[in-house]
Amino acid sequence: MSDITSQSLFELTSNIKEKKLSSEEITKAFINRAEKSKKLNVYVTDNFEKAIDQSKKFDSNPILDFKLPGIPIAVKDLFCTNGVRTTAGSKILNNFVPAYESTVTQNLWSQGAILLGKLNCDEFAMGSSNETSFFGNVQNPVGENLVPGGSSGGSSAAVAANLTPVTIGTDTGGSIRQPASFTGTVGLKPTYGSCSRYGIVAFASSLDQAGPMTKNVRDCSMLLEVISSFDQKDSTSIDYKRNYYSKELSKDIKGKKIGIPKEYRVDNMPDEIEQLWKNGISYAKDCGAEIIDISLPHTNYALPTYYIVAPAEASSNLARYDGVKYGFRSPGQNLIEMYEKTRSEGFGDEVKRRIMIGTYVLSSGYYDAYYLKAQKVRQLIKKDFDDAFSKVDAILTPSTPSSAFKIGEKTNDPVSMYLNDIFTVPINLAGLPGISIPAGKDKNNYPLGLQVIGKPFDEQNILNISYALEDKINFKNDISDWWLSE
Amino acid sequence: MSKNSEYLIERENKQYEVIIGLEVHAQVTSESKLFSQSSTKFGAEPNTQVSLVDAAFPGMLPVINEFCIEQAIKTGIGLKAKINKKSVFDRKNYFYADLPQGYQISQYKYPIVGEGKVILDMPNGQKEIGIERLHLEQDAGKSIHDIDPNNTLVDLNRSGVALMEIVSKPDLRSPDEVNVYIKKLRSIMRYLGTCDGNMQEGSLRADVNVSVRLKGETEFGTRCEIKNVNSIKFMQMAIISEANRQIDLLEEGKEIDQETRLFDTKRNETRSMRSKEDAHDYRYFPDPDLLPLEISQELIEKIKSDIPELPDEKKKRFIDKFNLSPYEATILVSDIETSNFFEEVIKNSDVKLATNWITGELFAVLNEKNLEISQSPVSAKNLSKLINLIKDGTISGKIAKTVFEQMIDGDQDPLIIVKEKGLKQESDPKAIEELINKVIENNSDKVAEYKSGKDKLFGFFVGQAMKESKGKGNPQLINKILKEKLNG
Repeated sequence: MSDITSQSLFELTSNIKEKKLSSEEITKAFINRAEKSKKLNVYVTDNFEKAIDQSKKFDSNPILDFKLPGIPIAVKDLFCTNGVRTTAGSKILNNFVPAYESTVTQNLWSQGAILLGKLNCDEFAMGSSNETSFFGNVQNPVGENLVPGGSSGGSSAAVAANLTPVTIGTDTGGSIRQPASFTGTVGLKPTYGSCSRYGIVAFASSLDQAGPMTKNVRDCSMLLEVISSFDQKDSTSIDYKRNYYSKELSKDIKGKKIGIPKEYRVDNMPDEIEQLWKNGISYAKDCGAEIIDISLPHTNYALPTYYIVAPAEASSNLARYDGVKYGFRSPGQNLIEMYEKTRSEGFGDEVKRRIMIGTYVLSSGYYDAYYLKAQKVRQLIKKDFDDAFSKVDAILTPSTPSSAFKIGEKTNDPVSMYLNDIFTVPINLAGLPGISIPAGKDKNNYPLGLQVIGKPFDEQNILNISYALEDKINFKNDISDWWLSE
Repeated sequence: MSKNSEYLIERENKQYEVIIGLEVHAQVTSESKLFSQSSTKFGAEPNTQVSLVDAAFPGMLPVINEFCIEQAIKTGIGLKAKINKKSVFDRKNYFYADLPQGYQISQYKYPIVGEGKVILDMPNGQKEIGIERLHLEQDAGKSIHDIDPNNTLVDLNRSGVALMEIVSKPDLRSPDEVNVYIKKLRSIMRYLGTCDGNMQEGSLRADVNVSVRLKGETEFGTRCEIKNVNSIKFMQMAIISEANRQIDLLEEGKEIDQETRLFDTKRNETRSMRSKEDAHDYRYFPDPDLLPLEISQELIEKIKSDIPELPDEKKKRFIDKFNLSPYEATILVSDIETSNFFEEVIKNSDVKLATNWITGELFAVLNEKNLEISQSPVSAKNLSKLINLIKDGTISGKIAKTVFEQMIDGDQDPLIIVKEKGLKQESDPKAIEELINKVIENNSDKVAEYKSGKDKLFGFFVGQAMKESKGKGNPQLINKILKEKLNG
């Protein structure tokens, strides 16, 4: 048996079910590794003591029918967890301990999983490098001083560094897929309405989705199966029949039509990404898929549209952090002064920037020119995909226009930071499912990802295509454990 | 006021007309809040009826309360208004300590109910007031400034309670019309059970828009909005004071600033709250946590079929079926409890007598004791018994008043009172004849005077006979027999 922490979710659950490993052994293994991995700064809050108690409890009366029997899992610190501090990576929620549980995390615990701790992320999920977190940068295990991507940077780093078997992130414009791509892991953003948003600290309500982040496609299908559910507590949750994604997982993609959108060949895209894409196409062909050139004509407008819609919603969603009811408060002589001080001190620069953009685009006199127009463009982007999906079953693109960059490299240039999301953002705007799988490496040996985009509710199809490609690509993430301390 | 009862304010040969529009905030009658399951019960300890949604905890999401939607549709139907099959909840963004989300969920561009109307019964006839729209929104919490000298305290019990904002067209022209309008709105909603209209508990409040113009002018003047007035009396005071303030400004050759004002009830004047320049930019946008609200024709039809008879229809029926005067009918239908009481009484008794007794004796008692008809000391059942006693001649109208006074004390059965006190009317012609004979014998001089042409003395004999019967003699019978005896 290989080292516990390097095992996949599939292996760990099999080993528990076959009683080759106990929950306690597994939990302690991950905790031991975490204790030696502080340099990565993946944890905002750990739950180690309670996790060990819970693993013992599980072992004393193991329920092996569970889908995640006694499996310890760390989650992004955007999910509210009952009795465990939830910060959203922000000073303003530094002391916030929810008395309730998000539906998605509840789904994990209901299937036997155990909370290991809360993982670092960009403040309120706003960022592409995990550098906006109040709790500091996260190191990408792929290489020192490399960003792990964002906003689910703690999550991607934790999976890549074997600090959690799997994790869940959230994806508003690429926050699962881009960090997955940067760390050589798998990340899936489900169809909007697939996973409940109840209990997830909101960034942009019409775009936010939770999703699995894993070492491989099979684990991804197993985790999606657990977290996706209809929830009456979220009015945008959709009641449809969900697949047994892991059971129905198949490498047979013969005859599947896969679209290649020409608009994703952006200027200045590195040759190695162009090459990665070509390789992906030829692997798909090898698997018997049919490759079809398609056009998504409004792709160019996706990023500007996103950077109007998302900040607009965020500016309103974040109004509740005012120092009155919970969280950080900086006292003032009167209400206005208290608001000003609390929000000035409590929010970081990127969050403030987006609140200002959002407030501006919703202001009277600007609403029509920005917000309303962006909503119209969003419809056009959606229609592009509808048209494309009348001809193809899935779409294949690169996940990101570059590999992971150095910490600090883009912090003074928000626009170049925003460009990271150029391939992922359109999928959120259209509410579609998308998955990033590791597909190769650049000249620095940093991982690169390919993205498979599906029709609404067609997660099974993109999982199957990814499963087939994964097999052909045979990606190996050689991580040297450079950060480990004794 | 001019003779055709137009409300005009006069200044040196000039007459000003007052234009009023109301935005009424009516609390939806519902066990739970608009987007959460917390209770809406009035008077609970502060912050005991607050869910995580109402307090806007991170990650909490609104879920629409279907019952409140049905209540709004019902009210829309009661206002003869268009029900919009698709409406949208928007966020109205502003910061305040008692607004936990930092925005109020309301409806801006696409309200659930569109144009409708309300008919007012004014002394000089009916007047139609247009309804612009009705939309649903959340109430805010309450900031309490006078408990702690250094801090403001916040009570979130009201936070998230469903309100219907009913916006009238600027069709109202006087404080009297405002009074009748509010009462009519309240009456319709109470008939429907969609708002209890309790102004003391804040279930009904209004923002009052006032402008003035010279009589004959067709353009509207600049309006001011007086925020959050919570009684009809204060609305009327605020309108009069605000209209006069605006007229004074115009008379001085000054301009009226469009602004939001507050009514100071102690000083009876309105005060500027914020000018148009300082007006909030609420940054309305569709709430992404809620899908557009779609209402099926089926649901509308189902609700329509459940709509009870409303005051206007009931009034028409009372006039047509019971021959009531429009005035009587208006009074009896003004409040659902009153009309229910009336209909209960007339189930088993005479309509005309019931009308007179309810609008006369009963209302007098209720007024005197400051009671609602639902708290009436005399039940409909016992009042109808009393009326039947009058109708069948058991007691006279006069005796009935004595009986009624006793009934008030603990809703006593009039039959028992009449029996115990021996108040039954004497209607035996023989007995009446006997006592009349006695009166004639004892007053032979007066009889002679009467016979010699002093007709006026007839009343004297009636009085004597009544006295002889200890007030119980049947007046019709006494009259009849006296006439026979004296004229015979």
